[in-house]
Amino acid sequence: MLTFTIRRLILSVPTLLFISLVIFLLLELAPGDPMAQVPLTVPPEVKEKMREALGLGQPAPIRFWKWLVQFFWIEPQVMIDHYFGTTFSQGDLRVISWQTRSPVMDIVIQRMPQTLWVVGTAYVVAIIIALPIGIYSAYRQYSWFDQMGTFVSMVGFSVPPFFSGVLVIVIFSVQLGWFPSIYDTTHVVDSWDSFVYQLRQMIMPVMVLALQITAQLSRFMRASMLDNLNQDYVRTARAKGLSEYVVVMVHVLRNSMIPVVTVIALGIPAIFGGAIITEQVFKVNGIGQLLIGAIQANDLPMVQTLTFIFAVLIVLFNLIADVLYGILDPRIRYD
Amino acid sequence: MTDLSNPIPSNPPRSQWLDVWDQFKSHRGALMGGILFLLIVASVYLGPLIWDIEATHIDIRARNQGPSWAHPFGTDQLGRDMLARMMAGGSTSVSVGLTAMLLALFLGSFIGVLAGFFKRLDGPLMRLTDLFLALPLLPLLLVMMLLFREPLNAAFGPEQGIFILIVGAIGITSWMPTARIVRGDVLAIKEREFVMAARSIGTPDNKLVTRHILPNVLSPIMVSATLGIATAIITESSLSFLGLGFPPDFPTWGRLLFDATDYLQQYPERVFWPGMAISLTVLSVNYLGDGLRDALDPRIRGR
Repeated sequence: MLTFTIRRLILSVPTLLFISLVIFLLLELAPGDPMAQVPLTVPPEVKEKMREALGLGQPAPIRFWKWLVQFFWIEPQVMIDHYFGTTFSQGDLRVISWQTRSPVMDIVIQRMPQTLWVVGTAYVVAIIIALPIGIYSAYRQYSWFDQMGTFVSMVGFSVPPFFSGVLVIVIFSVQLGWFPSIYDTTHVVDSWDSFVYQLRQMIMPVMVLALQITAQLSRFMRASMLDNLNQDYVRTARAKGLSEYVVVMVHVLRNSMIPVVTVIALGIPAIFGGAIITEQVFKVNGIGQLLIGAIQANDLPMVQTLTFIFAVLIVLFNLIADVLYGILDPRIRYD
Repeated sequence: MTDLSNPIPSNPPRSQWLDVWDQFKSHRGALMGGILFLLIVASVYLGPLIWDIEATHIDIRARNQGPSWAHPFGTDQLGRDMLARMMAGGSTSVSVGLTAMLLALFLGSFIGVLAGFFKRLDGPLMRLTDLFLALPLLPLLLVMMLLFREPLNAAFGPEQGIFILIVGAIGITSWMPTARIVRGDVLAIKEREFVMAARSIGTPDNKLVTRHILPNVLSPIMVSATLGIATAIITESSLSFLGLGFPPDFPTWGRLLFDATDYLQQYPERVFWPGMAISLTVLSVNYLGDGLRDALDPRIRGR
């Protein structure tokens, strides 16, 4: 298991390098010019200086190498400095956003909590709802509850978040006026009232996201339970006279959770990546919105760094899911 | 024994596709999904023949009207007829969905068959698939929209260019699941006796693939085709919704929804129609895929 993990970890290094190269080369083709906003009265030699200050003007391989160094060497140092008060990164050039002229990672760290709160809560809520639905649907296969669950999860699959989000805004915000339609990220929770307000503004985005995630997870849970319910060991457990609750909730559930846990792990990068569209609909000031803003403003270092962070998370959680699968299911041996 | 002594079977022979159709019919959701999808496709493509108001015709005096006989879905802020715009938008959305699905299917089956059939290519091609699966797709799609919009617009004109761009972008970012499924099936079928028999009579590789292997992996390909339409339509609408899809005067369902959110408070029904159209199309296609999967699986068929 350990050798497998280490081998996969080593293998993921070239994968990530290749992905970062692909993203870099894609962005290299970008038509935008960071100097486009600079007034025409600025003389060309000053413009050239500004261009160099942004790290441009050098050939592409050198810039790619510089970005790699900044991302993998200098940014971790900055983080260590921040936590331990050391000065490793003094004077080093960090990845600078063209939009704000400030380090990209600082902005990412600022935006992270909003995304984590909203999308993370939605994920937790979805798991809490989806698992019981999946279990019961499988236990009573083809019952009206199961049919209902199938239909609702089909709807959850099919209704895109930019429609369900707008729909809940129309219903709950415009018609009923229960919840605010815009997520206020500057809101500080310091009293009971402000906590209630925070809850109210979180309900709608969480609802929209949770519907989608629930749809997928409950399908998985159901399919996995169905696979296990007809196995011989279940009949044995029943024949031994175990109560139905113990048979289903202990024997079947534990075995059915194996694939579901890995699916849950695979979905976690999406929490960090932020639900780009949902954040856009509810104006949540998170990572997804940061990416959209950066793309529209032609802020290439920001786009490069963000996309690469997503790629790292995807690769990492793929690895975690594989390892988890091996740990949870003793039948699976990688070596 | 009486059965054996009678040389003529009492039941007429049944083709495989008749069995598939019978199984498909018994899946009520799938049948309804199929009918609904055909209805939607027919109404967006044939509808403009009956409802002949131009989708781009501006009648500023009739702007922001509610539903009436002249305009069943009302009109928008420039007095354009919403029904005509819905049909025009639908034909774009559905065309994008179908074309992107075909492209992804072609790429996926091609790579899947190559990887499954030729042992030498298996490793590299599957690594490539893993690599694509590790890419953050929606951000990359957005980046691609940003990058290639101008050159393609210049080369093919604004509508054709963006159509090619969106279809291409969705196609090359969604072939991976098909490739994996097809590879798995090809690997299994390659070892079967009929393939060996065909090989032993000297069938060349390309004929082996097209005559013997491809027809046998058709069912997973068809299932991923239906699901591919759904994802392609949703992706196109998301891009349009984020303002990075088709240009404003060229309606698609996603674009109509995006435009309507500005008038959410005054005219919420304008959001409702395009959103409903997207959701219904995707829902019907998903049910269709579900039923097809059951119908094409010979282990379930006949039960």
